[in-house]
Amino acid sequence: MTETYVRQFEAFAANGGSEGPAWLPGLRRAAMDRFAAVGFPSARDEEWRFTPVGPIAQADFQPAVPGKVTRDALAPFLFGHAEWPQLVFVNGKYAPELSVLPALPPGVRLGNLAAALRGDGELLERHLTRHAAPETTPFAALNTAFMRDGALVHVPAGTTLEQPVHLVFVTSPDAAGAVAHPRNLVVVERDGRASVVESYVTLAEGATYLTNAVTEVVSGENAWTEHTRIQRESERGYHVGLTHVDQARGSHYRSFTLAMGGAIARHNLHVRLNAPGIETLMYGLYLARGEQVVDNHTAIYHDHPNCNSWEVYKGVLDDRSRAVFNGKVFVKPEAQKTDAKQTNRNLLLSRGAKVDTKPQLEIFADDVKCTHGATVGFLDPQGLFYLRSRGIPPETARRVLTYAFAAEVVDEVALPPVREELNRLVLARLGYVE
Amino acid sequence: MLDVIGLRASAGDKEILRGISLTVNKGEVHAIMGPNGSGKSTLAQVLAGHPAYEVTGGQVLFEGRDLLDLEPEERAQAGVFLAFQYPVEIPGVTNAYFLRAAYNSLRKAKGLDEVDPMDFLDILEQKLKVVEWGPEIMSRAVNAGFSGGEKKRNEILQLAVLEPKLAILDETDSGLDIDALRIVAGGVNRLRSPERSFILVTHYQRLLNYIVPDVVHVLVNGRIVKSGGKELAVELEARGYDWVEEEAGVA
Repeated sequence: MTETYVRQFEAFAANGGSEGPAWLPGLRRAAMDRFAAVGFPSARDEEWRFTPVGPIAQADFQPAVPGKVTRDALAPFLFGHAEWPQLVFVNGKYAPELSVLPALPPGVRLGNLAAALRGDGELLERHLTRHAAPETTPFAALNTAFMRDGALVHVPAGTTLEQPVHLVFVTSPDAAGAVAHPRNLVVVERDGRASVVESYVTLAEGATYLTNAVTEVVSGENAWTEHTRIQRESERGYHVGLTHVDQARGSHYRSFTLAMGGAIARHNLHVRLNAPGIETLMYGLYLARGEQVVDNHTAIYHDHPNCNSWEVYKGVLDDRSRAVFNGKVFVKPEAQKTDAKQTNRNLLLSRGAKVDTKPQLEIFADDVKCTHGATVGFLDPQGLFYLRSRGIPPETARRVLTYAFAAEVVDEVALPPVREELNRLVLARLGYVE
Repeated sequence: MLDVIGLRASAGDKEILRGISLTVNKGEVHAIMGPNGSGKSTLAQVLAGHPAYEVTGGQVLFEGRDLLDLEPEERAQAGVFLAFQYPVEIPGVTNAYFLRAAYNSLRKAKGLDEVDPMDFLDILEQKLKVVEWGPEIMSRAVNAGFSGGEKKRNEILQLAVLEPKLAILDETDSGLDIDALRIVAGGVNRLRSPERSFILVTHYQRLLNYIVPDVVHVLVNGRIVKSGGKELAVELEARGYDWVEEEAGVA
């Protein structure tokens, strides 16, 4: 209930919520007022029509407390190379003992938000909440009110971060009934280059809790940013996330989102193109089974001419799971020569699975190329017959074709170690034993 | 090796095969010719177990076993191979993975150990020569973005790897330019042996200039109306199908 969080906020504001720079408490208070005014979304809200928020709203989650996670327990969620920088957060709070911070190029800042808020706040004041506005969703407002910790990645102009940064958000085994509000800020300045991986994982498998994350990404002029988001929450947990990206002239941003956890999981990816000559790639894969509900809302704002966006989201749905896809493309009158393509493809493995897919293009310029396509279907019987005619048993044939469907989008991830890990996760989920 | 006796099959309400009888002995190459819509491709697909067709009568014995009783994968494991007229594209699965999965499925069915990827590469190296290909084709996704000719070569490569006892080639010559036809036919000829039989389903005699059949059958309206030696194919090329249709009284 909304009142629960209002009460929690008053307690938080009186104890810890007043820490940090002078500009912060006001932001928090305004966000809380916003949340108190609008409350949790309901099915009457067009943006949440297909997503049952009720169980999340009624659960009255308590603020997460620090949890204990050992290195061994965390190991299965790590991948890539030992020299990758890695920031680990347990129940939303930075865990320095589990993190790895190797030597970084001069000027690169990599650390946690709580520490940054205690130190010099200039960068934070310039960016924090300036991109992902609390008004974006009620959950974003709630996150802003309670934000305290998360990751800060700052790559200065002309700097290349050779190794990807892995941000790991893990819930401890005793996290049932708790809510964490991780808040992340990634700033890649002019001509910078970085790859960031966000992993939401759990050691509370089978527990019900809420992760309510917001990530702001700022991609400067001619910057190159690859952003991978892996959501593997407990299949009885809830995950709500907002990623807002602001791109400057000539920048390249590519995102890959894998969603496979959560009883109810919602991710909003909003990308605003603030200048001409921008390129944006948005790839997504969601795998749902049982009674899982997985919802992806994306929005791309073509505010300026000569920008290209390319979006492919694919889903594999088994049992009685449900997926929601909503893809908004806004093209302003001045955004001539926009080239925007959106595809959403869904594979149903069961007759009980269901998809609500909605492309939503609002185009106010006339010299543009904008296309969209959405499909929902079962495995191709001709493909199945082809494999079986080669001696491959039907169960294996189904798995191979399902994997092939998913692999096509995983192949778009630029960094090989990240791509391999995603492949491994998909293979394991689809029941492969290689 | 293969005895087809009075085979009837339908797609939906439409009867397509209306009593086909045919015997293929070990090592023989049979050509099935006929006009469009005569049921040639249906016969090929029914023999491989395509679920879109319902067998409504007759019998098919393969080495004495009831072939119609077997699932498609069991037919492959028993030694039947169908080269598809329209090979399926499988983006996301490499040719190497696909071939090894198929190869190992057949080995497993025979109670043999599966072959690991490294040993399989050695086997492949030999097989690639059959279709005059280099190893680069193995890392490409199965048939994805392949030209018509490449798809047919890939079918013959699978045939070479899986070493069936009976290979059915469904319109393998259709859509091939002369170079691709030469390579595909050359591959088939390399795979001919006294132990292996072939059924070539084709509309044109052209393929049979390269792969010389022992027996030619003419299929019209779901029945075999004429059988003969390789000279029958030449006669069909010269005179078309009208005269056999007239002789059979179905035109």
